Amino acid sequence: MSRTVEQKRALWAWLFLALPLVYFILVRFYPTLDAFSISLTEWNIVGEKTYVGLDNFIALYNDPVFWIVLGNTFEYLALGVPISLFLSFMVAYYLDQIRFGHGFLRACYFMPFLTTAVAMAWVWRWFYQPVPIGIINMTLGQLGILQLDFLRSTTQALPAVLVPAIWAGLGFQIVIFMAGIRAIPQTYYEAAKIDGAGPWQILKEITLPQLRPTITFLVVMSSIGFLRIFDQVYNMTQEGEGGPLNATRPLVLYIYKAAFDDFEMGMAAAQTVVLFTILMIITVIQLRLLRK
Amino acid sequence: MKNISVRKSFIWVMLAIGGIVMMTPIIFMFSASFKYNDQIYDLALISSEPTLSNYFYLFENTEFLTWFMNSFFVAMVVTISVLFFDALIGYTLCKFKFKGRKLIFIAILSTLMIPTEMLVIPWYILSKDLGLLDSFIGLIFPGLMSGFGVFLMKQFFEGVPDDYLDAARIDGLNEFQIFIEIALSMVTPALSALAIFTFLGNWTAFLWPLIVTSSADLYTIPVGLSSFSGEFQSEWEMIMTGAAVASLPTLLVFLLLQRYIIRGVILGGLKG
Repeated sequence: MSRTVEQKRALWAWLFLALPLVYFILVRFYPTLDAFSISLTEWNIVGEKTYVGLDNFIALYNDPVFWIVLGNTFEYLALGVPISLFLSFMVAYYLDQIRFGHGFLRACYFMPFLTTAVAMAWVWRWFYQPVPIGIINMTLGQLGILQLDFLRSTTQALPAVLVPAIWAGLGFQIVIFMAGIRAIPQTYYEAAKIDGAGPWQILKEITLPQLRPTITFLVVMSSIGFLRIFDQVYNMTQEGEGGPLNATRPLVLYIYKAAFDDFEMGMAAAQTVVLFTILMIITVIQLRLLRK
Repeated sequence: MKNISVRKSFIWVMLAIGGIVMMTPIIFMFSASFKYNDQIYDLALISSEPTLSNYFYLFENTEFLTWFMNSFFVAMVVTISVLFFDALIGYTLCKFKFKGRKLIFIAILSTLMIPTEMLVIPWYILSKDLGLLDSFIGLIFPGLMSGFGVFLMKQFFEGVPDDYLDAARIDGLNEFQIFIEIALSMVTPALSALAIFTFLGNWTAFLWPLIVTSSADLYTIPVGLSSFSGEFQSEWEMIMTGAAVASLPTLLVFLLLQRYIIRGVILGGLKG
């Protein structure tokens, strides 16, 4: 009796999972394997695929632009992660101590997270224009300070593109940090105060160590986000080229250009394999850190 | 005591300045959308003669309304599908015992490691072979179910006691009825968190819609705005109006449902 009930329930389970399984195989697993297999071919999408082994990866290794692109991608990560985590922690830490106007201030910091990256990329692009259009240079001009080239400069363009990406992500990080801070048991603080610890010591000995899982989570999430930066670069640079002179071009834009401008599918797929590998390494490092 | 209140006021002022800086791009975007072209060079937030003409122009002479509706339609369909299927999968993997359950869960979870950027090329080829390029189905199919949602929902169903489900079984409901009528109603916070993330993600999605659409009447709002802005390079008041239209729905919903949205984001962020 109970056996048939169990069998019946298992049948229901498979009925529920039938369509999802087909979907995940068709739209996730098969395309993943396909990406790996395309990366080993030369293919312009219309003609025949030719198997070329690891030639695409060797070509990438010898491609100076690819190294520039990889360097840019890591520059987004290396600047973006520490700056955004530092800012969001500062805001969360102090905002948590404020009662008056708390909800309103939190809303101000959080709203950019809900905006569309493409739309905001154009707002920032407008801000960065030279006088008499861009408000940043107009303000600098009125204060009598020097003018900045921003998106037209090979050195300033990458940070200029990065700012809206950091700006849009802060709200999420602040909210997560605040939830993490709230979750620390109040008794820890009371015990520390009895021991005569100052605010700095409490921050260093209790708050930060207790926030370790939150920090790990946010570091990984934002690392993945900055490594995949695309919308801002595509919309803030001339013709979406990632210029000037490749100065802002990240890996995903390079993939997009290879696949959908030049139709070098094999080469583009090889680049996605590189991206996948980088993201994989970062995730594995995270799991290691979390387990500790 | 006095010291503390001075310190608090200082913190408050600094946070308020930071908050204003955060809001500046959004405020200037809306401000510029109510200005004529020759006033765009004026730093004043509210122009001496505010106008709605940019909005009228946008809706009458460009395809913004179509793009808006496309985005809404795509985000809606994907969100409904994700809510239904991810909840169903999560529920099944949590509450049913059968061979292969663990394997399926791990397989679905492993899809979280695969970045969209890696899948767009195979998706493009798949769409091309099936004739789905430049179609609504092409826009929609990659998002219909998500590993993230399955994981989130499964975790929440762990908190639903089996007794409730068994009681419904004794009442003679079949398994699908139990899922729809009993189980779903007990995980509404998770469902709303998942809905927020999915809708927002699809409303703002750029890469895949940019790749799969080629005719302007199928663009979503980010793709439309991007091509429109590229053409209208120097007419910043028009670009800002377009950007405002793209941002308005999510900001408006936030203003109405602030508490729920922040709670949902924390829930989705921490458990997911």
